[in-house]
Amino acid sequence: MIKVHLKIQRYNPEKDSKPYFKDYAVECEPTDRVLDALLAIKGTLDGSLTLRKSCGHGVCGSDGMRINGRNMLACKVLIKNVSQPIVVEPLKGFKIVKDLVVDMKQFFEKYVAVKPYLINQETSPEKERLQSQKQQERFEDTTKCILCACCTTACPSFWSDPNYAGPASIVQAHRFIFDSRDQGGEERLNLLNQKEGVWRCRTIFNCVEACPRDINITKAIGEIKKDLLFKKI
Amino acid sequence: MLDFSPSLLFSPSDLMIKIHQFEAIVVGGGGAGLYAALALSQAKVQTAVLSKLYPTRSHTGAAQGGIGAALANKEEDRPEWHMFDTVKGSDYLADQDAVEILCKEAVTTVYELEHLGLPFNRTQDGRIDQRRFGGHTKEFGKGPVQRACFAADRTGHMILQTLYQQCIKNEVKFFDEFHVVDLIIEEQICRGVIAYSIETGELHIFHAKAVLFATGGSGRMFKITSNAHALTGDGMAIALRNKIPLEDMEFFQFHPTGIYKMGILLTEACRGEGGILRNKNGERFMERYAPNIKDLAPRDIVSRCIYLEVRDGRGIDGKDYVHLDLTHLGKEVIEKKLPDITDFVRTYMGLDPVKDLIPIQPTAHYSMGGIPTNVNAEVVWDEKNSVLKGFYAAGECACVSVHGGNRLGTNSLVDILVFGRRAGLSMAEYCKKTEFSPLPSNPQTKIQAQIEQFKSKSNGEKISTLRQELQETMMDLVGVFRTEAGLKKAQEKVRELKKRFQNISLSDKSQVFNSELLDALELGNLITLSLVTIASALAREESRGAHYREDYPKRNDQNWLKHTLATLSEIGVELKYKNVVIKNFQPQERKY
Repeated sequence: MIKVHLKIQRYNPEKDSKPYFKDYAVECEPTDRVLDALLAIKGTLDGSLTLRKSCGHGVCGSDGMRINGRNMLACKVLIKNVSQPIVVEPLKGFKIVKDLVVDMKQFFEKYVAVKPYLINQETSPEKERLQSQKQQERFEDTTKCILCACCTTACPSFWSDPNYAGPASIVQAHRFIFDSRDQGGEERLNLLNQKEGVWRCRTIFNCVEACPRDINITKAIGEIKKDLLFKKI
Repeated sequence: MLDFSPSLLFSPSDLMIKIHQFEAIVVGGGGAGLYAALALSQAKVQTAVLSKLYPTRSHTGAAQGGIGAALANKEEDRPEWHMFDTVKGSDYLADQDAVEILCKEAVTTVYELEHLGLPFNRTQDGRIDQRRFGGHTKEFGKGPVQRACFAADRTGHMILQTLYQQCIKNEVKFFDEFHVVDLIIEEQICRGVIAYSIETGELHIFHAKAVLFATGGSGRMFKITSNAHALTGDGMAIALRNKIPLEDMEFFQFHPTGIYKMGILLTEACRGEGGILRNKNGERFMERYAPNIKDLAPRDIVSRCIYLEVRDGRGIDGKDYVHLDLTHLGKEVIEKKLPDITDFVRTYMGLDPVKDLIPIQPTAHYSMGGIPTNVNAEVVWDEKNSVLKGFYAAGECACVSVHGGNRLGTNSLVDILVFGRRAGLSMAEYCKKTEFSPLPSNPQTKIQAQIEQFKSKSNGEKISTLRQELQETMMDLVGVFRTEAGLKKAQEKVRELKKRFQNISLSDKSQVFNSELLDALELGNLITLSLVTIASALAREESRGAHYREDYPKRNDQNWLKHTLATLSEIGVELKYKNVVIKNFQPQERKY
């Protein structure tokens, strides 16, 4: 066990006029997750510390936050791999609900806006539709997205223009546009061709760096841009 | 879209309670809940899904390996073989009528998921790819078969995403971060639920014709678990408090391959793809215990074998773990077919499965027991399977029972899909022929008082202290090996925790996003379920499936080929029993 020092941004809308930082020190193993340290604080020092969490191993997307200035999942970074004091803040660019919890409504509205579901009007065959391994691999990378919002809230284009669709929703659109079974590509490309679509992306690569699922987001956005430039649309 | 604006009602304490009305309420946004919601929305039934998380955070998303379905895309396979494996895997406690539905509908359900867009891995000829999994065999046990349909090692993630996407497409109404705290049942008819809005701290009443609980498992009662923090058995505990029994709660599955100390799951597909378990001598010890299918024996058996190896001094470095060896599979198979677990091993252990052995230990994984239902997901509340009108359950919180004493790998996904869908269909039928039953006055009074009590106390015990003691007790005494003395000790301890629970206090008194209040409610649920689990385990004086009693090491069909039904009353846990449905497969000795 070692003493771990954290500096956490706190904000309770019922009491505080604005967010402030508070220092904490807890006993943890160096191989524990930052999430474990936060929960140790909540469990032993201050039960009012508020954060979202669920799976604890990087697949549900609940605990995206800024850790030492970078967006990550608190359950996917080990204490020994970050410098102390560990500075923990909520994701940037969303309204803060309380402490590390941000308002995700707008994020999910943008997700819904890109029609994130398979569009195919044909009658389904009795068994599965055929798809080659190559066709499946074409969009596999973007199927990994867990909607944690780490990418969107790391994007300077989003910070300066909150109406920008943002990398996460573009990733979702990519997952369907390049699926050989989908017929809604054109609708989605038209949506992303608008002012707040893919052209707001300035290929800064913050999203790629932030993605806990290692999705090559900037490449995916680039493929959509390329489609818009060279296809009939 | 059909959305009733909430009406307002004044409760005695003059707090405004919002009332919503939907024909169908689905509680839980995992695979079972979303498939039900999808089926309901397709049938044009006004439906709302309530989840204490955002639905995409549900634990279905953590399922890795695959969905068992006899598509026969890689080799000959039949639903009958899948049925046999499931029944044998259950140690003959599964109800065979339900298993038949499970295995037959698995096939059509997988095709339907593909039609809904699920990005399955593909075979050379473009069909859904399949691989081996524990306990799945051909020709009634002759050898392993490739039955698990998969999307890399994130099959659950893809199911959850696909079903959520389709619900969005069908404009299902979602109430995210609404924690359901009670059922409204009057005169044996379910009339809705009471939910706590986490963001605002308000109570909401959802008036409904039909309510589905698809609230998942309760793995957080154990210290080492693969389960998400959210898996605190809320639905099961609420059912118990409403006098509904829980079935077969003594059967809790420990998955053999959890990351050492952390419990994070490493899919059985690791062994399905050819991975093997080794003790400190490097020996492939499963050969000794299950000479035929070796490392692909069912989970209850492999978990016990790991404990036995450790107990006999063959754990690594004398400690309580063994090694999972994937090094012979090669970089390509590992990175292509098991990319997520490769990432986990690298992230959490700093090891590379391509060249390093992975330290693993059994991890609390799955509740075979749950709210008793029939094959249409209707909740049944007694030994005669009498239906409780308007109340449904599906997925891990339910017990149909298709898993009996031990669930086979992949069958949890088959269960949530097949019975989640069936729940939606039977609820739709019920809603169409039924009117709303009136709400009783102020159904929220009890839960409101409890919340006030939590918030008013100060200087009491901490939630985390009690939770830790509970998890350690359950892990040590109610885990893979059990004895009468150990279970009695656990019972005493958990009863003590139940008393101390009355004296907990919160440091967070706020209304907005009071997650500490949620922790308190969840801990209460875990304590309740632990008591029921212990009582059921203590009574069952035999060993079957995941329930292993060192003092009664043999299965005893004469006395114990029956389901436990545990109810909670003032005096404690009461136990009754009901018959197992046996059709084609007569109980026989279980060898692999």
